[in-house]
Amino acid sequence: MNWTEIDTWIVIIGALCAAGCAIPGTILVLRRMSLMGDAISHTVLPGIAIAFLVTGSRDPTAMLIGAVVVGLLTAFLVQAIQTLGKVEAGASMGIVFTVLFAFGLVLMRQAIDHVDIDPDCVLNGAIEFAWFDQTPGGWGIPRGAIVNGIMLLANLAIMIVFYKEFKITAFDPSLAKSKGIKPAFMHYILMTMTAATAVAAFETVGTILVVAMFIVPSATAYLLTDRYGVLIILSLLLGAISAGLGHLSAITVPTWFGYSGTTTAGAMAVAAGALFFGAWMVSPSQGLLSRFLRKVETKAHILREDVLGLLWRIEERNKGKMKSEDLSQLFGVSSRKVRVALYRLLKQGAIQQTQSSWSLTSKGRSRATALVRSHRLWEVYLEKHYPQDTHQLHHSASRLEHVTTETMKQELGNADVDPHGSPVPGDE
Amino acid sequence: MALGAAAGVVGTFLLLRKRALTADALSHATLPGIAIAFMVLVAFGGTGKSMLGLLLGAFVFGCIGVLFILAIRHTTRLKDDAAIGIVLSVFFGLGLCLLKIATEMPNGSAAGLQGFIFGKAASMVSSDAMTMLGVAVGIILITGILRKEYTLLCFDEKFSITQGWPVLRLDVALMGMVAIVTVIALQSVGLVLAVAMLIIPAASARYWARNVTSMLIVAAFIGCLSGWLGATVSALIPRMPTGPIIVLICGFWFIVSFIFGRNDGIIMSQLVRIRLNRRVAMQHLLRAMWEAIEKEQERSIFVEAIVSKRSWNKAFVERQLRRAKSRGYVTKRDATSWCLTDEGAGEANRIVRNHRLWEVYLINFADIAPSHVDRDADMIEHVLGGDMVHKLETLLCTSGSLPSPHPLGAEVQT
Repeated sequence: MNWTEIDTWIVIIGALCAAGCAIPGTILVLRRMSLMGDAISHTVLPGIAIAFLVTGSRDPTAMLIGAVVVGLLTAFLVQAIQTLGKVEAGASMGIVFTVLFAFGLVLMRQAIDHVDIDPDCVLNGAIEFAWFDQTPGGWGIPRGAIVNGIMLLANLAIMIVFYKEFKITAFDPSLAKSKGIKPAFMHYILMTMTAATAVAAFETVGTILVVAMFIVPSATAYLLTDRYGVLIILSLLLGAISAGLGHLSAITVPTWFGYSGTTTAGAMAVAAGALFFGAWMVSPSQGLLSRFLRKVETKAHILREDVLGLLWRIEERNKGKMKSEDLSQLFGVSSRKVRVALYRLLKQGAIQQTQSSWSLTSKGRSRATALVRSHRLWEVYLEKHYPQDTHQLHHSASRLEHVTTETMKQELGNADVDPHGSPVPGDE
Repeated sequence: MALGAAAGVVGTFLLLRKRALTADALSHATLPGIAIAFMVLVAFGGTGKSMLGLLLGAFVFGCIGVLFILAIRHTTRLKDDAAIGIVLSVFFGLGLCLLKIATEMPNGSAAGLQGFIFGKAASMVSSDAMTMLGVAVGIILITGILRKEYTLLCFDEKFSITQGWPVLRLDVALMGMVAIVTVIALQSVGLVLAVAMLIIPAASARYWARNVTSMLIVAAFIGCLSGWLGATVSALIPRMPTGPIIVLICGFWFIVSFIFGRNDGIIMSQLVRIRLNRRVAMQHLLRAMWEAIEKEQERSIFVEAIVSKRSWNKAFVERQLRRAKSRGYVTKRDATSWCLTDEGAGEANRIVRNHRLWEVYLINFADIAPSHVDRDADMIEHVLGGDMVHKLETLLCTSGSLPSPHPLGAEVQT
């Protein structure tokens, strides 16, 4: 691998493009309109094709206007077919964008003689060659970087101006309406933004992968945060990271298997997907893996508390000895889990081992006392407020004792004996 | 053509199940499958041109894509749309990367693989066509057999669960068939546009069909016709790619159905609305005349008197009067006054009676102030059916709340 100036520019262009896409992307994801982004990014194609046919050149202004017009037309048609024709939203999008995309393909095929654009560019974009396309007097800055940079700035400006409006419409359209924000107006601003961004990104990543840049970083950020401002910044960063990571892997990963490299645009989408997968698994609040670990930890915590409670009760009745083999049968868990629980308690200094049986240390005893106290107080409380079978009572209290907070303790009050007649240990 | 028919049939249920864009994600997700299948085939020493192998790869990855959508939807707070978008774009990106690598493989010729993206019907050989035909017939048969189950599933999922249908398995089977149709559509229309073959014929058929069976038939017919026309057009005119042309023709049928369709088509629904507006206007006119006659105790009334009853203008009233005349409800006394015929009086009596019955009902049962009931009754009187009026009568008679604030008008025997 040899990293050159060209590679740096590719990453910069990709990052600018991804960041520009991430701004409308956040709103699209929050408003559950992600697929509108998909539809519009497809229909940019006929817009560009028409602009080519009319002007006969690759004039960026004409392209932008053509694509924005067709993009808005898409948004309008989808709405019209949905309301007038009573077609479900998804299907209506599917109809509009496939037909327009097909139209664009036919136009392109017809115009192929005098237009230097080919299906390959539609798919992949041309980020690899972006560096060679320089504007005269551009201080060596590739055109793609300028176009995407301007788009990013424009999107940022719109976002700053309409930050509050977008935020309210994204989370609560009816509140927005009651505050005098016109949802339809915001909708079309968003659609214009989406279409314009899609055109700018078109040359970089191609029509179909634009949607990856719209949705995937925003969706990833949405799994990581609950705050809208943070969401936008995170998506910008994630977009830029996917661009860097994407290009890096595009030029390195295939070489491990003896191939020269692959398309950067595709790899950017895959990198964004990989980041999403990461967030999906290990996001602190939403991640599958972290939620699973939390569940395991909670279960282990409860088991440890149950062991302490059991030791306390054995002491109270002053009979029997606790052996680890009995525990797994008693609590219905595997002996491995019991061993882990005992080991952790031992490390915490809550229990000690005498011969082959276990007993509480003074530290463990105070923890166990608090636990048994809250258990028995819960029984008293439940008996008083929700009279039920005494066996059931024990079960409910066994679940609640592990989650009793200070406020709950105050609410439970005090008592001397529980409904089974056992004394409630004093508060320490 | 066969593909069109099969796609139309499966698409109908897909549309009714509101899963239209899942199919889009599915078709995009097939690309890495094709690329990987190609690589595997080449690695085992072939040329990578085995159609069956490529389609198998496509099918497997299509299914993986759908599984990912379901997993994202069920285990995160992201909704369907984002899940579809993520799977669609990431899988497609992966596919492009792999495809690029595949073109560099030493002894394979990956040139044909690009054809899967935009479709290349011309490159098909007759054995492929036969395979497609067989699969299409199979799918049509399966949907035909499971028609009742899927209809129930689409319209009332909960009920079909309580009836003990294996809903999950039926859903999986539906998505499996969608995957198969998508995969065989890849060759002709390409994976970007495959979803169009599924959705558009079904969506168009909905404007014509009154029940699921006829919707299936119409959808199959439209799909078939578009496929045939598309293939013909692209063969006759140079530089016309088949896939996009087929989709454009489908789109043309959709526009036709959207405008002229029997159910909810634009023209039909406008016609229905105009007809309703006319009936309402006519009934208002007759009631206005009846009330004027009742008040003045005269047989004939001036146009001005009618105009003043509502926020009407004179031209409108005169137009309505001419229409009423052509139906024989009114006759012209002289230049400015009109009177009701016997037939018109009967009709007016009926309308006024409905109006006042409803007023009484609102006053007695809905606790609405007598000064407000007139307007409320105004809206409902046009849609009161015969048995509804009968019910009102019995209800009001038994509760002893007749007569109304106004005399009700004689009961009309019809």
